[in-house]
Amino acid sequence: MLTLILLCIGILFNLFGCIGLIRLPDVYNRLQAATKCVTLGTCSILVGVLFHFGFNDAGVKALIAIPILFFASTVSAHALIRGAYHFGIKLGEKSIRDDYKDAVK
Amino acid sequence: MTYLNILLYIQIALSGICLYRIIRGPTIPDRMVGIDIFGILVVGICAIISIETEKSFILDIGIAWIILSFIGTLTLAKYLSGKKLNE
Repeated sequence: MLTLILLCIGILFNLFGCIGLIRLPDVYNRLQAATKCVTLGTCSILVGVLFHFGFNDAGVKALIAIPILFFASTVSAHALIRGAYHFGIKLGEKSIRDDYKDAVK
Repeated sequence: MTYLNILLYIQIALSGICLYRIIRGPTIPDRMVGIDIFGILVVGICAIISIETEKSFILDIGIAWIILSFIGTLTLAKYLSGKKLNE
């Protein structure tokens, strides 16, 4: 039962992240919404796997996958958005402030 | 176990949404964001399949997919910022 609740919470967060990936107007907004929501949702699904299997081989594999997922997803998102800024993608029309412009020059 | 099938189909539909962003994205970083999010969603698919089939080796596929997606995204980000791979 706890497994079902954790899986439903995870898939709900994944749904929010994918809606943000579709609806938001800018590459920076899209990556910010999608990375946070999808990382948290997938970690919730993996915790559900841990509760389903207990501490045998499959549960420990899910427990190991959680910190790997956190580090890999956040670091790759940071590198990707830095590359996009240096590539020359403009901010969206409703964005009003750009602090990184001063740091680059 | 019918509810696991429903959750699995929902997760596959969400990765289909990411494929929409990969195909339709106006610029190159949009497509790369789609690829990154798709890689994380595949890990969720692997986790749900491992609950459904009671096998543990499918989680190994998920962990390997995370690491390969990490390396691929870092390489593409380095390419986007206009630098060589060794600097």
